[in-house]
Amino acid sequence: MLKFILRRIMMMIPQLLILSILVFALAKAMPGDALTGQLAQSPKMDANTLMEMREKLGLNDPVHIQYVRWVKNLLHGDLGLSYIHQQPVTDLLSGRLANTLLLSACVLLLTYLIAIPLGLVSGRWQDSWADKLIVGYSYVSFATPLFIFALVMLFVFGFKLGWFPTGGSVDIQVEKGTLDYYINKFYHLLLPALSGALIGTVGIIQYLRSEIIDTKVKDFVKTARAKGIPESKIYSHHILRNSFLPIAAFLGYEITGLIGGSIFLESIYSYPGLGQLFLQSIMQRDYSVVTALVMISGLATLIGTLLSDIILSAVDPRIRIE
Amino acid sequence: MSNQPVLQIENLRVSFRVHDAYYAAVDGVSLNVHKNEVLAVVGESGCGKSALALSIMGLHPPAKTKLEGKILFHGTDLLSLSVHELNKIRGKDIGMIFQDPLTALNPLMTVGRQIEEGMDFHLSLSSLEKRGRTIELLERVGIPNPNQVYHRYPHELSGGMRQRIVIAMAIACHPSLIIADEPTTALDVTIQSQIMDLLRELQQQMNTGIVLITHDLGVVAEMADRVAVMYAGEIVEMADVYTLFDRPLHPYTRSLLQSIPSAQHPKERLHVIQGIVPPLQKLPRTGCRFRSRIGWIDESEHEEQPILREVEPGHFVRCICYKNFHFPHDHIGDMKYGIS
Amino acid sequence: MEFLKVNHLKVYYPIRSGFFRRVVGHVKAVDDISFQLNRGETYGLVGESGCGKTTTGRTLIGLIKATAGEILLEGKDLAKLNRRERSYHRKDIQMIFQDPYSSLNPKKRVLDIIAEPIRNFEKLSPQEEKRKVQYLIERVGLHPDSIYKYPHEFSGGQRQRIGIARALTLHPKLIIADEPVSALDVSVQAQVLNFMKDIQTEFQLTYLFISHDLGIIRHMCDRIGIMYRGQFVEEGASQEIFNNPQHIYTKRLISAIPNVDPRKKQEQIKLRQHVEKEYKLSWQRYFNAEGKAYPLKRISDTHSVAIL
Repeated sequence: MLKFILRRIMMMIPQLLILSILVFALAKAMPGDALTGQLAQSPKMDANTLMEMREKLGLNDPVHIQYVRWVKNLLHGDLGLSYIHQQPVTDLLSGRLANTLLLSACVLLLTYLIAIPLGLVSGRWQDSWADKLIVGYSYVSFATPLFIFALVMLFVFGFKLGWFPTGGSVDIQVEKGTLDYYINKFYHLLLPALSGALIGTVGIIQYLRSEIIDTKVKDFVKTARAKGIPESKIYSHHILRNSFLPIAAFLGYEITGLIGGSIFLESIYSYPGLGQLFLQSIMQRDYSVVTALVMISGLATLIGTLLSDIILSAVDPRIRIE
Repeated sequence: MSNQPVLQIENLRVSFRVHDAYYAAVDGVSLNVHKNEVLAVVGESGCGKSALALSIMGLHPPAKTKLEGKILFHGTDLLSLSVHELNKIRGKDIGMIFQDPLTALNPLMTVGRQIEEGMDFHLSLSSLEKRGRTIELLERVGIPNPNQVYHRYPHELSGGMRQRIVIAMAIACHPSLIIADEPTTALDVTIQSQIMDLLRELQQQMNTGIVLITHDLGVVAEMADRVAVMYAGEIVEMADVYTLFDRPLHPYTRSLLQSIPSAQHPKERLHVIQGIVPPLQKLPRTGCRFRSRIGWIDESEHEEQPILREVEPGHFVRCICYKNFHFPHDHIGDMKYGIS
Repeated sequence: MEFLKVNHLKVYYPIRSGFFRRVVGHVKAVDDISFQLNRGETYGLVGESGCGKTTTGRTLIGLIKATAGEILLEGKDLAKLNRRERSYHRKDIQMIFQDPYSSLNPKKRVLDIIAEPIRNFEKLSPQEEKRKVQYLIERVGLHPDSIYKYPHEFSGGQRQRIGIARALTLHPKLIIADEPVSALDVSVQAQVLNFMKDIQTEFQLTYLFISHDLGIIRHMCDRIGIMYRGQFVEEGASQEIFNNPQHIYTKRLISAIPNVDPRKKQEQIKLRQHVEKEYKLSWQRYFNAEGKAYPLKRISDTHSVAIL
């Protein structure tokens, strides 16, 4: 098992390399360079100083040397300087990364908490009124774009009813580290997480439903019935575990999808996370931040697929690899 | 053989819903199985033999199936039981062996666990006792290293081993009746003979009755005490195995026997049954159902309402068309490919 | 000259293991087999699942690449031909598959299914093509109008005959039939087997008949090769193999066939027990330390066995 994980991680190295080349090339291809941003802030800088600075920063070196330097810095955790915020990208990201991770984890948790019971009911009692209702819900939510739904939620529950805060990740007045602080933080999370989850469940509900419908007519379920096992146990011991397999494999990819989703959620709820930052940085052409964020989301995708493989090999004995 | 049959099926009709109408796949079948007896139900695909087997175990989806008649197991009508009551019988007093050991086992559960599972509900044993019994069962069905195999997953075992596991599951609680649905069809010949030997041996040890569903007349000849031949949902002939092979009467039985290439009795040309088994919805429900496939026999030779008649003690045949039945003289005509 | 000659055919698949997926060994699906087919005969390849019989068939038709060995069709080595020659010779070998349900494209009409090989090799006008397909479809016992139907409108036996019609379109010399009737009911089986015998003389076909069913093999074949773990353990005329099996594995296979005579039940069980005992006692006579069969040794003009 350990060997398998190791090999899987080894396989990520070339993937990461390709990703970094792509991101670097992307950054180079964008109009302007690292100094363009600074120039915007101090327009009086003359051409000579600019040349000197370019030389100093190594921007005149051949591309491959620049790339190697960039990767080296990357490995040291140096993601460069944000020219808009005038602080190292690493510092800029660290607080926001935690926020985004928290939001993503919440969305994920809520998604599964909602989707699994609904998928179960829908698949087990296929064609019942409950199933029809659930399928109806999933169609509606499939057709609803996340950003519109999130806006409506914000409008109704945030502004109209005033049940939830309408922005930020925590109120300023609460003291850091206290219980109140965490409760407050969670309070801020709930609405965006719920909006994300209610839209994100569709895929899982539909998937789980059809998996259960497929599994319950399998031969080994017939065998279990022939053994005289009660229906509830047939579901818990035989049908569910087998139906969860693809869902478990899905988890990793789900994580990847969350990053895209967080851009909308964070922007709409003015939640200080990576997604919001990403959008801002693109608007303001803060390229060092953009490349760092693209790199991070690429990494998250790779980790997500790794997680999928590990989960799958852990739950399915047929894929267990020595 | 004791007098009281283990299983008595009376006028069973199993109908499946296709769109909005029900069509009988098993149409008025009556039969008995005694203790220590193997009754083979033989026929080609679509004759209703598997539907019959599954209805004994209550394994048809209730929403799409209509069951009429009686299935008496030790005098209790299984069709009148609730699922809860049926669950106390199936797996305990009736065991089932399925055709494909690859799909009949849960891929995510160790074989030991799958054998024990039935015991959880039928026997009150401690987990240690259950385990002991499972190991014993594995030994009994001829599995080497039962202690290791106990922890194995189905995919780690060969097809023959898996079928032994399925058999161990079926006999785990000492059933008095075993339903075996094509138990050797998915296996290689040498494995098939081993499994047949094993079933015979277990049956003699435990005095169980066996309903053996098969399409293979060789398996019938080796395993069965009595045989019921099914065609289009009905039993067309029933007799003890010697009578059936010595004096087959019904045209369908005779045609079947003529159509198999046999390693022991080679023949130059095989008999071809003309036409095809009509699909469920188009099945003729009146008259001799086999008449369209022996078109050279005059209509007047058939009965209008054929019944299963005892023509000699213990030998039942449906319809009187057997009396003047003959194979077509023109064996090698162009009709032999059964243009339909 | 032999019609088809197979010399030392090997098909190996690498087994990879370890951190760097190094090749640590080979699965020897087909391990050095040699046999030959005479023109017009039916040669049976028998064995249990995993013995390599299907791999052999697929290698002959070019679906699988041979690791080593020669396949000579009428004296020409198929592996050494250039592309054009090979496609020309490929016409001479056709295949009939096991499952008539999955081997016919459900979205195509029978006309298109049968005409497909013609379209690849011959330029015919639509009328000529239709006439040819209708001729073939009549030959396999189906109504000429059925060329406009789709596969699902036919029964299993009829579909298998459509598959045969497709194989016949290019006037092949050799037909490889891989378990052609195992998916069919016995009465339908009879139909297809009779039919295969009929067209054999009419179209002057040579068959390589692959099956696990010894009853069918005996019915169909003139000569038989018994395969076990990628090797031949016995080869000879059908009569000799069935009446006088020499290798313990052949004996096991033959004794395992259920006898259709219920009065022979006990006899059959005894025979099986006897063979099983012999198998355990004299294992070394038939297999080496690795469980592999020995090279074939000729014991009569038409009979070879793999013993020491």
